Amino acid sequence: MDAPRSTWFEKPKYQNVKSLEENALPTGRWTKCPDCSEVFLKKQLEENLNVCVKCGHHFRIGAKERIRLLADEGTFREKFENIGAGDPLVFTDAKESYKDKIRNTVKKLKMNEGVITGTCRMGDFPAVLAVMEFSFLGGSMGSAIGEKIYQAMLLGIKNKCPVVTVAASGGARMHEGILSLMQMAKTCAGLERLGQNRVPYISILTDPTTGGVTASFASLGDVILAEPGALIGFAGPRVIEQTIRQKLPEGFQTAEFLRDHGFVDRVVPRAELKQAVVSLLQFFAS
Amino acid sequence: MAEIKPELALFDFEKPLQPLYHKAEKLMAEVPVNEKKLAAVGADIQKVTAKIYKGLNNWQLTQVARHVARPYSLDYIGKIFTDWQELHGDRNFRDDASTVCGVARFDGQSVVVVGQQKGRSTEENIRRNFGYPQPEAYRKALRFFKFAEKFNKPVVTLIDTPGAFPGLEGEERSQGEAIARNLREMAGLRVPIIAVIIGEGGSGGALGIGVANKVLMLEYSVYSVISPESCASILWRSSDEKIIAAKALKNDAKTALKFGIIDEIIPEGLGGAHRDPDGTAANIRKSLKRELAELCAKKPEELVDERIAKFAAMGVVTDL
Ligand SMILES: [Zn+2]
Repeated sequence: MDAPRSTWFEKPKYQNVKSLEENALPTGRWTKCPDCSEVFLKKQLEENLNVCVKCGHHFRIGAKERIRLLADEGTFREKFENIGAGDPLVFTDAKESYKDKIRNTVKKLKMNEGVITGTCRMGDFPAVLAVMEFSFLGGSMGSAIGEKIYQAMLLGIKNKCPVVTVAASGGARMHEGILSLMQMAKTCAGLERLGQNRVPYISILTDPTTGGVTASFASLGDVILAEPGALIGFAGPRVIEQTIRQKLPEGFQTAEFLRDHGFVDRVVPRAELKQAVVSLLQFFAS
Repeated sequence: MAEIKPELALFDFEKPLQPLYHKAEKLMAEVPVNEKKLAAVGADIQKVTAKIYKGLNNWQLTQVARHVARPYSLDYIGKIFTDWQELHGDRNFRDDASTVCGVARFDGQSVVVVGQQKGRSTEENIRRNFGYPQPEAYRKALRFFKFAEKFNKPVVTLIDTPGAFPGLEGEERSQGEAIARNLREMAGLRVPIIAVIIGEGGSGGALGIGVANKVLMLEYSVYSVISPESCASILWRSSDEKIIAAKALKNDAKTALKFGIIDEIIPEGLGGAHRDPDGTAANIRKSLKRELAELCAKKPEELVDERIAKFAAMGVVTDL
C-alpha cells in the first residue's frame, strides 16, 4: 500500500492552470492538445470522450454530450426548459444589449439557458440531473439558472431521489446585477431544503468552475467529484495574479489541488465518471 | 452643528459646498461671531448638501459608500448596542479581524452581532485586510450563527466589505466553500437574522453573512454582484468606464428594494452617515427595534420557511 517513493519527498505536481479561454474545444477536422501538443483527428478525440489519447487532457464538453455520457440511454426527460432569462436591469455593455446577447446565444446554441435540468436513470437508479453549459455566456449564473437549479432541488425532494449537478461556470451573470448574486443564496436555500429531507446531493465539478457557482451549490455536495485538471476556484487566476502581483504556482486551483486541500472528494477521469456516480447512487439506495 | 464640517474631504461632486464651508469657517473665526450670518450659511450648506445627495449617480453613491469617514461596524455597534463583548476566532484556524463577532444587548435583549470591519489607520487596515474577509472570517461568523441558534438568540449582521479576498491562501482554504456553507446554514438557521448593509455590499463576500429574514440597507450604501471597476474592465475592457458600469449595474438601495432583494431603506443623516453618525445610528436602531420585535414572535419553523421562501422568490425570469 506504499505510495510511490517519489511522492515521499516531492511536492505534488498539478497540471498547468488554463485560463478560461484557451481550454475550449477547437473547431475543424484536426485538433491540437493544449497540454501535450499532440495533433489528431477530431473524430478520434470524440471517440475517446474528448479526452486526449496521449496525455489524458480533458477537453470541455457541452451539456448535451455530458447528459449522453451520464444518463442511461433514452431515459433523460428535460424539465423546466421553458425558464429563460429576463432582463431586469435593461443592461447594455460596450458592444450590445443583454437582451440581444441572450437572443443570439439561444439561437446559436439551440438552448434556452446555461443549464439543462431534468430527470433520468443512471445505472437504472433514478436521479434529478442538472448540467451546466459553459458556452452559454460562460455558464454564468443568472436568475434562470438559479430558478432551474432550485426547481431541480424541489424535484429531488418530491421524487425522493438524489440530485446530481455538473458545474461549468465562470461565475455570476453580472448583466443581471444584484439579482444574479442572489441566485447563490437561492440555490443554497434549495440545498438546505434538500438536506432537511435527507435527499443526497452529488456535485460534479468540471472545467472551469469559478466564482458564484463555486461559492454556492457546487461546493456543497454530500459528495463532490471533479474531472482531472479542471480549473476550480473562487477567484479567477488572473484576478488573483493581479491582486498578489505574482505568478501562481503550477497546478494551483486544479481539481487535484482542491482534493489535496480537502475540498473535493475524488478526481475521476471522464471514462469512469458515470460508474463513480452510479456506485454512489447504489450506496444511497441500499 | 453636524452640517458645518469643513474638515471633511470633499468629493468632486461636493465641490459646490467648498465656498460655503470657507464662508462658514471665516465667520466662525470672527469675534464676536455673527450668529445670524452663520445660521444663514448653515442653511445654505444644508440646502446644497440635500440637493447634491438627492441626485447622486451610481458611481458617486459607490464613492460615498466607501468614504473613509463613514461609520464602520464597530462605530455602529457602540452606538446601537450595550454590553458589547467581542469574541474571537473560528476555533479552527485563526481569528480574522476583517469580521468582528460577539455578544451584546439591545434594549435589554441579548443578541449576537456579526459585522464586517474596515480599518481607519494603515496599521489597522493591514490587520483587518482592508475589510476583505478570508475564509476563516465566514467560518467564524458561522460559529456565531450556530452559537445564536443553540442559545435561541437573534442575530444581527452588519455588511461592509469590498468583497471576499481573492488570494492564494483563501483558495487553499476554499473561500468558495466557506461562503457557500454560510449561505446554506443561514437559510436553515432557527433564530431570527437581520442583516444591515451599512456601506459596501461587495458581492459574495457580503452575501456570505447576508441570508437574513430581513435585509435592511442604508440609503447611501451599495449592494452589487461586482464592483463597477471590475465590471468595467470585463465588459468595457477598461476600468475607466466604471461610471458607466456603475450605472448599468444599478448597485443602489432603491433598485435592491424594487426587486425584493432588501426589505427597507434606512435613511441616513443629511449628506450621508459620515456627516451624521449618531442620527444614522438612531435610524438603524429604530428599524432594528421594530424588526426584532416582529421576528422574535415567530416560531423557528416559520423563520426558516419564510427565509427560504424569501430568497427562493428572488430573480426575474421569462417564460418561453
Ligand atoms: Zn494531450
